[in-house]
Amino acid sequence: MSVGSLFFSVCALVALVGAVSTVAAKNPIRGAVGLLATIVGIAALFLKLAAQFLAAIQLIVYAGAVVVLFVFVIMLLGPDANLGDKPGKVRFSRWGAAALLVASGVAAFFGMRGGWGDPVALGPTRADFGSSEAVGGLLYRQGLVPFEIATALLIVAVVGAIAVARSKPHAKKGRATDHETKRLFAGPLHPRDAERPLKKEAAP
Amino acid sequence: MTGQLVQHYVVLAAVIFAIGAVGFLVRRNVLVQLMSIELMLNAVNLMLVAYNRQHGDSMNGHMFAFFIIAVAAAEAAVGLAIVLSFYRLKASVNSDEADTLKH
Repeated sequence: MSVGSLFFSVCALVALVGAVSTVAAKNPIRGAVGLLATIVGIAALFLKLAAQFLAAIQLIVYAGAVVVLFVFVIMLLGPDANLGDKPGKVRFSRWGAAALLVASGVAAFFGMRGGWGDPVALGPTRADFGSSEAVGGLLYRQGLVPFEIATALLIVAVVGAIAVARSKPHAKKGRATDHETKRLFAGPLHPRDAERPLKKEAAP
Repeated sequence: MTGQLVQHYVVLAAVIFAIGAVGFLVRRNVLVQLMSIELMLNAVNLMLVAYNRQHGDSMNGHMFAFFIIAVAAAEAAVGLAIVLSFYRLKASVNSDEADTLKH
């Protein structure tokens, strides 16, 4: 087995184990760590596919931002983040997943009968294939309009996320005298805290 | 073996996509469901980059993967904000309880 095949096998194994543990983990924190493993494995496979720029973007955006965001939210919810699944209750979608597995098995069977097609080996490519210069040049020439739309999308997403996730200040009499800034940034996360006044620690 | 075939990457991406799809359908924890969506998007990215490596005369696959990453980041931010808001409303992260518009 050559070095390249070994590298591929290790990365694929890491990605697969991470994916399975993401889906199967009871604790969402473990799921987030599994997602991190999958992302790092896929980034390494990007390197093997001569996509250096995308590997860096994958690590920065996914491992650096998305997974950290997931971990933030799981930590914010605390132990209640585990309460999503109720054990011992068969639901319709579980049957749907079984049907999906059976359907993909049948599809794989019929696909195998036709063979995998001609094996396509990945030979050498151009020298600048996948470099940040080449991809960036393509983005700013052919993909300029989608690029600008993507920036607008990100701005809208950030503003929308803040608007949705922020706790709204309630116009109750007991809370009307609370500190404005405190109410804006430290509003109640749990519904049982909604009635509790915020001024308690500031009073003495 | 003469190195990696594009089929290896395609099979790997399909398996990861299937794992994500099954996780999305089976789990009822909204956080795990969002992570399953991320898995599926990652699998699609891997397949795009692999096929772009096969057809190496352009780099449109890389461009597509770049935009998918941007959209996935926006989706994660908005989705997690909705999870927080939902938790504030129902004190739960079970997606079966998001039935306010059902009745």
